[in-house]
Amino acid sequence: MKRLRIFLCALLAGMAWIGGMIGGPMAQAQSLIQVKGSDSEVNLVQRLAEVFMQKNPGAKLAVTGGGSGTGIAALINKTTDIANSSRELNAKEEEMAKKVGVIPWRIVFATDGISVIVHPANPISMLTMDQLGKIFKGQITDWKEVGGEAAKISLYGRQSNSGTYVFFRELLLKGDYSPHMKSMNGNAQIVEAVKLDKASIGYVAVGYVVNEREEVVPGVKVVKVTKDERSEGYDPVKMENILSGKYPISRPLNQYLNGKPSGKLMEFIKFELSIEGQEIVRQQGFAPVQKNWMELNRKQMN
Amino acid sequence: MGMEARPKERAESASREITFLRMKGRRVKDILIEKFFLVNALSAILILLGIFSLLFTHAYPAMRELGLLEFFGSVVWNPTSYEKSRYGILSLIISTMMVTFGALVIAVPLGVGCAAFISEVASRRVKEILKPAIEILAAIPSVVLGFLGIVLVNPAISLVFGISHGLNALNGSILLAIMSLPTIISLSEDALRAVPKTFKEASMALGANRWDTLVRVSIPSALSGIIASIMLGMGRAIGETMTVLMATGNAPALTINFLDAIQTMTATIAIELGEVPYHTTHYHALFVIGLVLFVMTFLVNLVSDVILQKYQEVER
Repeated sequence: MKRLRIFLCALLAGMAWIGGMIGGPMAQAQSLIQVKGSDSEVNLVQRLAEVFMQKNPGAKLAVTGGGSGTGIAALINKTTDIANSSRELNAKEEEMAKKVGVIPWRIVFATDGISVIVHPANPISMLTMDQLGKIFKGQITDWKEVGGEAAKISLYGRQSNSGTYVFFRELLLKGDYSPHMKSMNGNAQIVEAVKLDKASIGYVAVGYVVNEREEVVPGVKVVKVTKDERSEGYDPVKMENILSGKYPISRPLNQYLNGKPSGKLMEFIKFELSIEGQEIVRQQGFAPVQKNWMELNRKQMN
Repeated sequence: MGMEARPKERAESASREITFLRMKGRRVKDILIEKFFLVNALSAILILLGIFSLLFTHAYPAMRELGLLEFFGSVVWNPTSYEKSRYGILSLIISTMMVTFGALVIAVPLGVGCAAFISEVASRRVKEILKPAIEILAAIPSVVLGFLGIVLVNPAISLVFGISHGLNALNGSILLAIMSLPTIISLSEDALRAVPKTFKEASMALGANRWDTLVRVSIPSALSGIIASIMLGMGRAIGETMTVLMATGNAPALTINFLDAIQTMTATIAIELGEVPYHTTHYHALFVIGLVLFVMTFLVNLVSDVILQKYQEVER
């Protein structure tokens, strides 16, 4: 009997403890800024947040990935303060945000060139946008069809919650991905898979394959992309190509908030767009904000 | 109790009273404890029913909207399609069955063989090393196995079969076999050990060697336990998510080639449930997959139960 009593006491204490654990973070939630979403942006924003926290000892940011779709869903469900998204909101999401009273407020804090990568042993060094679309749609299935050595093309892409998945599809495929495309859990996984696979092709954010000295990470090859057969090919390795728009698969990296922010949130956004913040963007292998998007940012901040 | 020896009557009656009260108190306690355990036992059933009803109510809107034919009459699963959303789950079901079957083909001979070795052949010292080692195997987190699938099994398969990559059904099968081995080994070993010594002695006395005794006497007598272990291992393989998610490539195309990338039912739910907006067709369609998976594991358990009972009857 005594044992049973001790057991029950322990049980109650345990429940109280768990209750405290659940209740605890909610009470602290005010001071902690949640940032969630794009896997392409997560390392970059993490770095920005680290530097920001060093400079502002009172501020606390928690940056997690999961994909742009996950971030936007979290913004709509009001479980995150900032949604990182490498694509724009779609009509459905805007409608759902409206329904729950969330007013998406957008800023652009960096520019990405979605890099097309292959195995270093692959002789292919340039592809047209049309070829890329056909390869990922599954209409071109062998490397010899685009001038390479005969081998079945092995496709690596992202899962449907990825902003990169959606952006790449809208721009290049205008149709569905091949059902033979292997959907990986993030940019890093694609890079690792491409390194191991001689017949591979994949697409990732430029920050995952290029370092701040404009060098490609070892083990992969970044191919040049041309708008069509007659134009010149450019690669995203040179930041200048992304910034000028010469590299054809470049895109703005966005953050969405619920309405124009204030306080620490606003300070963080300002820091990202500052000279120092943009320098960090450069160090992480991405390009700073393009001129036309600076216009949008200026309008949003006023 | 030591109360009977009391000399005075009053004291005797009083002590009888106390004993009676104590007995009564004990009976109440007994009943309370009994009920407490009954509630525990029932809660398992209640949770099961709760899960089933939750799955069904969440899956039903999609079944009503799209019809069962959309799910079971098509092999194209692409709810976020550029053109038209498709919800065919046949290729997902086949993929799950492929990795499960593949895992069993690898794990059953290995597992039963290992169990036979431990129970019949191994010396005590070897046993003392082997058994904990197998238990440690069971403690490896699935995400670690999945990682090994990517960095170790993946290049090994591509090397052996001369293909460009090894993220495929075979990779998943190998990893799931590793995961179900501990279950199969330890339960089969228990079953083999439970075979009465007299059976083996009788076999030996008739001139059979150790191998014949094992194959013709021990294993058939332990068969119900061995089958139960295989079924439990199978249940583990069907429901496993993280490992297959990492190692099989996740390409939803229909295939029966073990060297092709596949996407299992569990991986589909795990990938898509995190991003899907609640209460949309896609959301409910994921619960249809969950429901089918639930029914499949339920059937596996049911069949194993029936087999178990049949063999037990034969034994008697």
